[in-house]
Order: sequence, then C-alpha cells, then structure tokens
Amino acid sequence: MPSNKSVSDAPISQFTNCRILREHTLQREDLWVREGKILDPEKLFFDEQGYADQQVDCEASIIAPGFIDVQINGGYGVDFSQPSEDVTAGVSLVAKKILEHGVTSFCPTLVTSPPAVYHKVLPQIKVHDGGPHGAGFLGFHLEGPFISLEKKGAHPERYLRTFRSGGIEDLMEAYGSLDNVAMVTLAPELPRSQSVVRELCQRGITVSLGHSVANLSQAEDAVQHGASFITHLFNAMLPFHHRDPGIVGLLTSDQIPAGRTVFYGMIADGIHTNPAALRIAHRAHPSGLVLVTDAITAMGLPPGHHTLGQQVIEIQGLHAYVTGLPLPYSRRWLINDEFVS
Amino acid sequence: MVPPAGGGPTGGWPRVSRSGLARPGPARSNPATMCSPASFDPRPGSRVGPQLRCTGRRHVPRSGFNSRMRLVILDDYDLASEWAAKYIRNRIVEFKPSADRYFTLGLPTGSTPYGCYQKLIEFYRNGDLSFKYVKTFNMDEYVGLPRAHPESYHSYMWNNFFKHIDIDPANAHILDGNAEDLEAECNAYEQKIAAAGGIELFVGGIGPDGHIAFNEPGSSLVSRTRVKTLAKDTIVANARFFGNDLSKVPTMSLTVGVGTVMDAKEVMILITGAHKAFALYKAIEEGVNHMWTVSAFQQHPHTIFVCDEDATLELRVKTVKYFKGLMHVHNKLVDPVLSIKDQ
Repeated sequence: MPSNKSVSDAPISQFTNCRILREHTLQREDLWVREGKILDPEKLFFDEQGYADQQVDCEASIIAPGFIDVQINGGYGVDFSQPSEDVTAGVSLVAKKILEHGVTSFCPTLVTSPPAVYHKVLPQIKVHDGGPHGAGFLGFHLEGPFISLEKKGAHPERYLRTFRSGGIEDLMEAYGSLDNVAMVTLAPELPRSQSVVRELCQRGITVSLGHSVANLSQAEDAVQHGASFITHLFNAMLPFHHRDPGIVGLLTSDQIPAGRTVFYGMIADGIHTNPAALRIAHRAHPSGLVLVTDAITAMGLPPGHHTLGQQVIEIQGLHAYVTGLPLPYSRRWLINDEFVS
Repeated sequence: MVPPAGGGPTGGWPRVSRSGLARPGPARSNPATMCSPASFDPRPGSRVGPQLRCTGRRHVPRSGFNSRMRLVILDDYDLASEWAAKYIRNRIVEFKPSADRYFTLGLPTGSTPYGCYQKLIEFYRNGDLSFKYVKTFNMDEYVGLPRAHPESYHSYMWNNFFKHIDIDPANAHILDGNAEDLEAECNAYEQKIAAAGGIELFVGGIGPDGHIAFNEPGSSLVSRTRVKTLAKDTIVANARFFGNDLSKVPTMSLTVGVGTVMDAKEVMILITGAHKAFALYKAIEEGVNHMWTVSAFQQHPHTIFVCDEDATLELRVKTVKYFKGLMHVHNKLVDPVLSIKDQ
C-alpha cells in the first residue's frame, strides 16, 4: 500500500491478539503505537488514512501500564537506608531487577535513620526516567523520622524526631536536601506538623500520613493542609473504631477538600492485612487504592540476615523478623506478582 | 401452468397498485417512468451512459444474469447474514479486483448487517477474502455528531468492520456530517462514486417505515445524496442510543439518495426480524411508492432481498412458497463459495 504518513513519517506498530487495560476493564483490542505514543487507531484511519507498518502478535497476552511502587526499602541485597558511597549503583541494581516484575517506576524508601544517612544518600541521585536499563527513579520516599513512638513498627526508636519549630529548619536539619524527594511519611498528631505539611506540599512533595496514632480530625486537618496519601493503610496506625475511625476514616471522610482524592497504600500480601480488610477499604474508596510492596533488602534473596536501615532482619522461610523484636513485627518478603491479581 | 415471462407465480401476482407499474410494460403517464432520451437531463455526479437515469426500462447487459428480483429466505438471522456475506464474498472474488480495477461496495449500518460484517471478517481472517482492492461507500451519517462519538456511523464502521480487515483507509468513504458545507460534501460524494466507476454492489437495509438509508417516507425516488431532516419516529427510535435523551439525538443526516442506490449495478437489501415484515410487504408486494422508498428497487434489474422467516410474516403465503421453491437456484450463487486462495 502507498505511504500513509500525513502527520509523521515514523513507523506505526500494531500489537494484535492481545488484551489491553482500558476503562478499568481488560478489552480485546489492538494497541497502536508510534514513536512511543499510543495512537487512537480510529483517528489514524479516518484523519490520516494511516495503517500499521508492522504487526506484532502478542499471543493473547495482556498489555498493561507498568507498575509504580512508591514504597520499597530495597532488594537483592541493596538497602536504600544504608549510607553507601555509591547509592546510584544500588538503586540501579534494584531498578533493573524490579523491571522483571513489571515495575517501571519507583520511589526508593528510607526508613527512620540518623541525619547523617539522609545527608549522605539523598543528594546522590536525581529524578530520572526509566528505560530498558531499569525502572525510572521518581524520587525518594522518606518514611520517618517524624513518626509516632507508639507506632514505630520496625523503625529504630532512638532516631525518631519531633518538630521543634514546625518549619523548613526541622526538615533541613533531619534530611539535608529535599531536592530528590518525592514523598514524606509523617505522623500528623505531632505538634507543629501542619506548617510542615504545607511547606512540603508547596515544594511538590507528597505528604503521607502513617506510623501515627492520629484521630480522624487530626488526619482531616492534615489533609486540609495538603496531605494526600496514607502509608500502608491499617498498619502502624490506630485500628478503625466506629466512634473514631482514625486515619482509616479518611477513606470516607466528608472533610476532604473538593476535587482532591486521598490515596492509600496497601500491602496486599495477605499477611500485613487480612484480605477481608483490604476488600472493605477497596469497596469504601476504590479509586484511592495504591498497591505497594514495602519490600526489603532480602527480596529476591535466600534466607539469612539482612539489614533494614539501622535494624537487622532475619529471613526464615517466607517470614522476616526484626531481630530482638517479638513476632508481631514480622514481615513477609515481597515479590509483586505473588499478590497482585 | 407456465408462469408468465416476468417471473411471477400464477394467479394474479403481482398486484396492480394505485401508484405504479405492475410489471415492466408500456409506460403510462407516470412521472416516475416518463422519460425519453430527448428529455434526459444528466445531473452532476450521475452516470451518463447507455442506460436512462430515471427509473424506466433499463438495459444493463449482463451475460447469464436474468433481470429479476430475488427474494432469498433463510430460516433465521444467522443464516441470512451468512448467505449475504457469502454472496458478497463470491462477487468480490469472482470480480478479481486489482490495483487497476477496484470492486466498489456500498455499505449500510445498524443491527441488521452486523452479522453479515462478522462473517465477512471471518472470511478475511481465514484468508479467503481480501478487501485490499475494494472501495467502500457508506450510505449515510449523522449531521453534527462528533466523528468519535460511539453512535456515529464512522465509529460503527470502524469498530464493526474496518479495524478487523485489510481495507486501505483511503478507500473507505463515509459522508462527513461535520463538513463546513454539507451540500458541497454531498455533491463531492456523488462525484467520488462516479470517479470510482459507480457502485458494483450496494448493500442496504430497510427501516420499519420502508426507508432505505435515511430516505424517509416522501423522499423522491430519483433523489441524490443530500441533507435530510430525520422523521420524528426515527429520532424517537434512536433515543435509546443517546441515553434516552431526545435533545441529544441528531436531527439531520447526510444520506445517499434512492436514485444514487438505483445507479448501482446490483442492489442487495438485508431484512430481518418481524418488525420489518410490514415494510418488506410494502416494498415488494405493493407498488412503487415514495412512502415506502425501498419499493423503488422493483424497477432495478438486479435486486436481491435477503431475509429471515420472521421478515416474511406479512407476505402472501404464495409469495413465500414461490421464492422458497427457488432456493435451490439462489443457493447456486453461494455454493460453491469462492476463495482468493484458489486464484
């Protein structure tokens, strides 16, 4: 057939015999791509009178957007919370490995650490796109140290902090630089947190509520100041109570400013949350659900001892234990496709 | 008793109607048939040639092909769709289209031809049929409806046919209901058809009020492609596709005229379902009448009506029996079914 290129000379690929994720369903449709952009084939047909230059048979596979993991502490022997000299190498290794699991962008997460660690690690990598070499780096997720003592989980108590002035100085003192930070998890019940939330939001950093004993009105207050995420819903927060739903109540709160959505991360491994609890959250607020792995250094490795920031983790079978802490703090080492379905 | 030469069954069929001719014969003073070469006035876009444009006596030489209406009755919708698709396939394959000589196909939309399109797609997927050298001309399109709207006929054709086959996008013609100058768009369409050499086979459907395309009752039987205001009935019937909100239903459309379809070498009308039965009766057992515009094809030398049992419910038993008795002849048109693989 004669050449069809009225908009662009670039070749057009048509992926056939596949299912695509569209309008929240899997549809049996072809996917048309030109120069890395997905085309509307109907527009191509009628406007440009264009057609495909090459066809790729997908053998009934699913074509889906890549996963984005906003909470991952490390993997394959790499611990993001270690004050390494070459953070880039560690992040790149993990980036390449998680690509195999369908993750195309991620936020390396740092657990509560002493300021020295943040000051060393954070300046070393800039936000960059992914590609065949590995998933894209969206920026760090700083989980702590401004979290609640009662809900510290596996975080080291001695490095927890509070807000002294409630301003940028607290952040700078703890973290050093915020340039490559995408998300910060904090406990909103800490005094002077509102101004910190506003400060972070103004810089385009997502504020997430977690590791907190906040009640619903404290959480709503934080949302009104700009917080928009909840760190691993149900874990490290007060349980839902019918007279004070706590942070969990944000899913159905009527105090959320118009036009804004509160998103919530969920570790859907069947251990961190009971699947029934996950379903309750999903049914209450389906459009806010975000799956996270919260994966640790040991991901992809055989049983043994590994680090999680300042803690030591022991892998036994499918469970991980913080040494010296009782069983409730066990975590399962997580691989995406085992719990995404 | 030997059937009369016109091909109808014995005993008073076809009936003489008030308005038109019963069978080809001496022209009476009826505007629809009164024409002579001297009074012939070719309109832009019409095919000027040895045949008269108005619906009078046509002499289209076609060897081995009787000038007659064929009423092909199948048991159900699926069989009717399959028969129609096989017929189209055989016509295209037999024609041996090439880069120098395209097969021009007129196409309808709606629920009736859906099964036929599915079958044609199946034939393409099996490698038995190709649309590489086929040019298509759709009958109609709404005015003012965005082309990407799910109810536009562009969307219908893309989703139900074009995206599944190998037709060259440059050869798929549909009227543009969003053109700046609608009249110019209609005239240009007529010219495109003429430039393509006319339509070889025009496939169409029938509305419950006997209309073809959007040629609503009262349309001229010699009409050409033009803008039409939709009848209230049509708008109400279409409301279900627009969330039952009458204000959202288009009120105008661009449509090929009855005359445009009559110009085709062959016309195939698909009619299925009991709700179309009365229209079929009016179309073939009553006379040529502009209130039932499909009846115009009684005066086309090569018309095929493909229908299912339900669509024949208003016909005379005699008519149905006669044509069912001819099915062995009709089936020769689709058996054997030809394939490009054999060429």
